[in-house]
Amino acid sequence: MHEYAITQGMLDLVLNEAKKASVSKVTEIRLVIGDLSTILDESVQMYFDIMSEGTLAQGAKLVFKRVPSRFRCKVCGNEYDKPRKGFECPQCGGLGLPTGVGREFYIESIDVE
Amino acid sequence: MEIKMMKNIMEANDRLAGENRALFRDRGITVINVMASPGSGKTSLILHVIKSLGSELGIGVIEGDIASSIDAETIDRLGIPVYQINTGGGCHLDAKMIRTALQGLTLRKKSLLFIENVGNLVCPSTFDLGETFKLVIASVPEGHDKPFKYTSMFMAADVIILNKKDLLPYTDFERESFYKGVRAINSKAPVLELSCRTGEGMQTFISWLREHVREEL
Repeated sequence: MHEYAITQGMLDLVLNEAKKASVSKVTEIRLVIGDLSTILDESVQMYFDIMSEGTLAQGAKLVFKRVPSRFRCKVCGNEYDKPRKGFECPQCGGLGLPTGVGREFYIESIDVE
Repeated sequence: MEIKMMKNIMEANDRLAGENRALFRDRGITVINVMASPGSGKTSLILHVIKSLGSELGIGVIEGDIASSIDAETIDRLGIPVYQINTGGGCHLDAKMIRTALQGLTLRKKSLLFIENVGNLVCPSTFDLGETFKLVIASVPEGHDKPFKYTSMFMAADVIILNKKDLLPYTDFERESFYKGVRAINSKAPVLELSCRTGEGMQTFISWLREHVREEL
């Protein structure tokens, strides 16, 4: 439920950008979210619908680009998407460590009119 | 028309956290952000440290709770500066709340400040508070699978406490599996096993604190 605070922060950044560009409407917001970022798309969408009411971003479409969390095997060096369960390398069964890919959490771009 | 933004959504929080961090550094304050599930022993651990180190260094506590001031009152009775944040339903503390709390807290120039986060293994991991160390407590009755389920929390930890070790003989907790999970995502954080109830292992943690409290103390 921390998505409440996060969505507010995201909306502020978008509205600020829209204001700087002197546009009248934001129609689409593209977000990049790593699977390790603990953010639920549905929850962001729900808060966004409420918070954006009466702003330039009301009705904007949210596009969520999910980035799978990438691990690198400490044994064989293979890079892989984290399996649903556990952290083991699908190739050799060795343990992997996170590579940093999968922690993304940023606004990529917005469409405005 | 498309506008490229490439903006970190946590920007506002992260900026404030950076300012907090600079402030703490200037004042020589070592800050420990204590994160864990409800009932895992966050307050108990802090109380132990107060008893062990309270006479040798200044200690302060920021208590984060959804509601109530039960923990803050317990700490206040020990004569330790404490500031209560009630998040009113909010699931985590953020950098701005810490900034506000600092204004209401009188700390000696060089001291140890604990921030007891809201009991939750998910949301607090996303919010940098400007702390020196993130401390994560797992407790035996919660089960050995927690690092597998709450990956981002255990990834973020600088030090991990496994509390309630006195309960090991009475549970199905598999130590090996717990360590495997921790090491898969966090190769650096030491894992310290202890029991706040019996005091076993507490000295090792106290030694860790002594070593890591800012050198200028």
